[in-house]
Amino acid sequence: MGKKAVGDFTVISNRKLNQSNFLLKLAAPGPLPDISPGQFVNVDIKNAKEIFLRRPFSVFEVDYSNNTLSLIVKILGRGSKVLTEINEGDKISLIYPLGKSFTIPSANEKILAVGGGSGVAPLLFLAKESKLKTDNVDIILGARSAEDHIQVDEYKKFANLHFTTEDGTLGAKGFVTHHPVFREKLNAYDKVYACGPDAMMKAVAKEAKAAGVFCEVSLENLMACGFGVCLCCIEPTQHGNKCVCTDGPVFNINDLKWQI
Amino acid sequence: MLASGTCGFAEEINDFYDVSQVGGIFLKGTTLRNRDGNEYPRMAETASGMLNAVGLQNKGVDYFIETTYPKIKDYNTPLIVNVNGSTVEEYIELTEKINELDKIPAIELNISCPNVKEGGMAFGITCPGAEAVTREVRRVYDKTLIVKLSPNVTDVSEIAKAVEGQGADSVSLVNTFLGMAIDSATRKPLLSTITGGLSGPAIKPIALRMVWQVAQAVKIPVIGIGGIINTADAIEFLLAGASAVQVGTGLFKDPFIPLEIIEGMKKYLEEHRLNNITDLIGGLQM
Ligand SMILES: Cc1cc2nc3c(=O)[nH]c(=O)nc-3n(C[C@H](O)[C@H](O)[C@H](O)COP(=O)(O)OP(=O)(O)OC[C@H]3O[C@@H](n4cnc5c(N)ncnc54)[C@H](O)[C@@H]3O)c2cc1C
Ligand SMILES: Cc1cc2nc3c(=O)[nH]c(=O)nc-3n(C[C@H](O)[C@H](O)[C@H](O)COP(=O)(O)O)c2cc1C
Ligand code: FES
Repeated sequence: MGKKAVGDFTVISNRKLNQSNFLLKLAAPGPLPDISPGQFVNVDIKNAKEIFLRRPFSVFEVDYSNNTLSLIVKILGRGSKVLTEINEGDKISLIYPLGKSFTIPSANEKILAVGGGSGVAPLLFLAKESKLKTDNVDIILGARSAEDHIQVDEYKKFANLHFTTEDGTLGAKGFVTHHPVFREKLNAYDKVYACGPDAMMKAVAKEAKAAGVFCEVSLENLMACGFGVCLCCIEPTQHGNKCVCTDGPVFNINDLKWQI
Repeated sequence: MLASGTCGFAEEINDFYDVSQVGGIFLKGTTLRNRDGNEYPRMAETASGMLNAVGLQNKGVDYFIETTYPKIKDYNTPLIVNVNGSTVEEYIELTEKINELDKIPAIELNISCPNVKEGGMAFGITCPGAEAVTREVRRVYDKTLIVKLSPNVTDVSEIAKAVEGQGADSVSLVNTFLGMAIDSATRKPLLSTITGGLSGPAIKPIALRMVWQVAQAVKIPVIGIGGIINTADAIEFLLAGASAVQVGTGLFKDPFIPLEIIEGMKKYLEEHRLNNITDLIGGLQM
């Protein structure tokens, strides 16, 4: 009892990061429970009557001293659009904390986190927690173009940051798996993490599997409830269908049935 | 009460609050053997509701009895098993197993699941089918037998009368409406099964009408289900003749809705100077 909560958070700020990404900082109605990187919240979209279901978003940052958490919202469809139009002082209802987190590295392990698209959100949080254990945190962020890269300075505090862009305007040209750090040093890492578009995660997983490196990915299956009752978000695994919202969203690639 | 398939096996809701506060929990549909359910995607959001095509994914009744039941049996609220089969024999065998469990005071016979190819709704859409399952299950089951009706029929009150005639103690309705969603951009169906079951506020007016019709047709208590998300919704169902209600898809929005409805009903009674919730049942003013 009481492991999960539904609460009205107050919007402290809503900052536009670029064309399609917004950073929402939210104050919790009471003390926040422990939240780990990879976990998410399910957000009620107000002012959009015909939208009935909540929308899941990864926790980007937690500040326990001020009882706030942040989300990065990328505009995809109607729900995310309405969410980014929210004003300071507004209340929004969150179900939290949901899902299982990434495996935090052990002391001094070398880790590589790879993100692309809206999937970058949990990586900062992961880097921050990992930094407490190890100085060997590398991150490769992939995007279409230089202006798609967001919150860069934040990442730099906790990791050695590398970029790729499809148009070559920042960092290495191409996809994340084309980056020299990924191509040449993958074997050197103890743990590799990926989140972002399916194709990207599969590309990362394929290389990690071939190299025999521990690899976790964070899935974004469609969800109705987010807390394990509807069985809509399932992913086939070696141990049968699992719920992405409760058994995941983070999975070890060896548990998945991806054809890679 | 909490509707089957929307509250898991009660533990998931107990993660939010003490479930002894709700009127009863209808557990996720259970079958004789393990079922993996349908392929992903199983969900599509629609205006004020959603389509699902879960397809009764569950680990089978033996797993339920050995693993789930011991963990939940001491919750201080009625736990009702939602019983599913593809043949009458399966319904009987499953019921007999559930009958052995002390802390399960009732079963809800699901003859209305639109998401499985065999059985399920096939029994619920004809009077002879509904009669046959109800009759045979009644023979082996002395505790409370609730039959869950499909709205995907021409006249739901005919089916309700048929199962009442075979000894059902109560009927619950509605299950989901058969529906479909297409992505105009990709020209593909949004569900792996093409069609699925529609639920949520979108179905409330039709569910309410059906509950009203059935309440007039039968003498046994009717449990109202369909798009209930607040106190007013629940009261409307009682006025239409339901003796109790279940919240389903509303739980996805907010698992606390049932508690809010219970509080809201108490207030409603005070405001309308009524002593008992039963004073509302079938109290539609014409
Ligand atoms: C665990 C998890 C973590 C996520 N973290 C983030 C994050 O940190 N930042 C971010 O910008 N996005 C995140 N997403 C994706 C985000 O939930 C979707 O972008 C959002 O739900 C889209 O809603 P919409 O109404 O704008 O889109 P819609 O118009 O409804 O649909 C557009 C697309 O959004 C996706 N989508 C829609 N509804 C859902 C839903 N209920 N669950 C999952 N996907 C859905 C589908 O792929 C759909 O095709 C995450 C998703 C999951 C499952
Ligand atoms: C995801 C999902 C799964 C369901 N699974 C079952 C089930 O296993 N057995 C059953 O009798 N009804 C099942 N139902 C139907 C609900 O119990 C309920 O009858 C229906 O959703 C209408 O009520 P609502 O609008 O309040 O959700 C399911 C509904 C949903 C949305
Ligand atoms: S979203 Fe409902 S079970 Fe995962």
